[in-house]
Amino acid sequence: MGRRDMADIISTVEFNHTGELLATGDKGGRVVIFQREPESKNAPHSQGEYDVYSTFQSHEPEFDYLKSLEIEEKINKIKWLPQQNAAHSLLSTNDKTIKLWKITERDKRPEGYNLKDEEGKLKDLSTVTSLQVPVLKPMDLMVEVSPRRIFANGHTYHINSISVNSDCETYMSADDLRINLWHLAITDRSFNIVDIKPANMEDLTEVITASEFHPHHCNLFVYSSSKGSLRLCDMRAAALCDKHSKLFEEPEDPSNRSFFSEIISSVSDVKFSHSGRYMLTRDYLTVKVWDLNMEARPIETYQVHDYLRSKLCSLYENDCIFDKFECAWNGSDSVIMTGAYNNFFRMFDRNTKRDVTLEASRESSKPRAVLKPRRVCVGGKRRRDDISVDSLDFTKKILHTAWHPAENIIAIAATNNLYIFQDKVNSDMH
Amino acid sequence: MFARGLKRKCVGHEEDVEGALAGLKTVSSYSLQRQSLLDMSLVKLQLCHMLVEPNLCRSVLIANTVRQIQEEMTQDGTWRTVAPQAAGRAPLDRLVSTEILCRAAWEQEGAHPAPGLGDGHTQGPVSDLCPVTSVQAPRHPQSSVWEMGGPRENRGSFHKSLDQIFETLETKNPSCMEELFSDVDSPYYDLDTVLTGMMGGARPGPCEGLEGLAPATPGPSSSCKSDLGELDHVVEILVET
Repeated sequence: MGRRDMADIISTVEFNHTGELLATGDKGGRVVIFQREPESKNAPHSQGEYDVYSTFQSHEPEFDYLKSLEIEEKINKIKWLPQQNAAHSLLSTNDKTIKLWKITERDKRPEGYNLKDEEGKLKDLSTVTSLQVPVLKPMDLMVEVSPRRIFANGHTYHINSISVNSDCETYMSADDLRINLWHLAITDRSFNIVDIKPANMEDLTEVITASEFHPHHCNLFVYSSSKGSLRLCDMRAAALCDKHSKLFEEPEDPSNRSFFSEIISSVSDVKFSHSGRYMLTRDYLTVKVWDLNMEARPIETYQVHDYLRSKLCSLYENDCIFDKFECAWNGSDSVIMTGAYNNFFRMFDRNTKRDVTLEASRESSKPRAVLKPRRVCVGGKRRRDDISVDSLDFTKKILHTAWHPAENIIAIAATNNLYIFQDKVNSDMH
Repeated sequence: MFARGLKRKCVGHEEDVEGALAGLKTVSSYSLQRQSLLDMSLVKLQLCHMLVEPNLCRSVLIANTVRQIQEEMTQDGTWRTVAPQAAGRAPLDRLVSTEILCRAAWEQEGAHPAPGLGDGHTQGPVSDLCPVTSVQAPRHPQSSVWEMGGPRENRGSFHKSLDQIFETLETKNPSCMEELFSDVDSPYYDLDTVLTGMMGGARPGPCEGLEGLAPATPGPSSSCKSDLGELDHVVEILVET
């Protein structure tokens, strides 16, 4: 895969708060925003499909001369700000720098200037005999994107998460060892609210892997670690939230202990439910639902691909064991979704306890075709369309998925392809 | 592909000789797998030093894995270059395998740069590891990865300790192990368990291993010192200095 191809690899996917817009970031530092077409009676077949709305270069590659290291332009995360006027705003971040972008539309332009003609050239004043008021006339829609703030130099380590506070004024950014709180209008300083860097780096055994603000309580946030723990912190308790309010940790299962136990327990993503009552975490083999009121263990655990448990050594060797999968809630918090290998993604219905494996690939998804459930067989009876574990393609990984905030529409990033699936008929999970 | 996890297989007390041999083979295969995992992990840590800053989470997880293996090997008493000879009858293949693993480690710190990297400093961690592993406690390989101590002072004293060890390995009789480490900073090295394993019993193995070390040290110690200097540089890159 050449460098140009690698630049197209999608690295993050995020719906805005209404679901009208869908933003993707890629390894080449670009952001592509899709907009949902309004459903119209005239074109019933293009009901609510997503078309490209805007594309812009968010981050460029940089070189840190002090450390002799490249800073990748890859977009790690995009978060939308709640819309407060006609414009849309989003935060995009690479490893080191967060940027606030404003997206505005222009669909009218003034015509009928007195001193300039239609091409913008100055008129000969002797030809001007009367005055007119310029009038706004419609024009082809132009989407303009401009960087409004650049939040730089806040992080020594690589930023893995950003999260906008429900107060809509502040946001946090988390790297491997620290979490900073920023005000959206102030770029030259940030407040450090979590710092787990040990005095002696020799003692470093745990890093921060993900972080998110509570959807309703502006003082609460959670961060996950590489040892599989979650810490809920209250910013009212202290300026530096090194002491957690709650620690969520599941005791290790001694029967499953191996040299890889810690690695597979590392949490790669944490998401609050829309209700704010639960948290969803993803580790290498499972997704777990946690109740904020119960720290001792998750209330639900779902196996994503347990058949990989016997392959952990190979997956360690080829580095796949370090893949960071994301997870997502649906709008009503009743279904959770996460990606896997071979371009498979999984959905779990929390109520019916049913689950399904689907594939994001061109062959299996023609427009308006129904996705066929897939199955991985692990020996024993094998059905016709089953895939065996050994023929899974580990280079095809679905790390980034997003669910529309209200409807059954999902966005799946499969390497450099974006798939958007819509559920027209509210069908059961099989 | 390895068996499910790398759980320790229970080796029972079998009076039957064949059973004992089979037990030895099982333990041996587990030890080999474990050693192989350790080697793989160390290579992974070295390959971290690339153009882009290494993924800290991945490095930490690999280093923790290395530490776990070391702790287990320390408890086993196998934390050194020569495997213990438990029942007096050591299958030939086991000895050969151990020797190959040792040789590979020595070779790495000799003339073979890690793949994809031409710098001598990348051999630092492994070369530090090899002569030192016989006597060192778990902390070392992890610390050599991304940080040898935040403040300059810590790093200096750590290197000084390593230098001391290399020097003493050259000159002193291996039977004076305790003297060797008497002046080493105790926070860095927890040698108790390792030394106990090495000093106890009339085992020809450990001494042989150490004697094997002595003639080799002039080379490694000097290259280790220069490696450590370059390692310094790499560490600076990884740390905010």
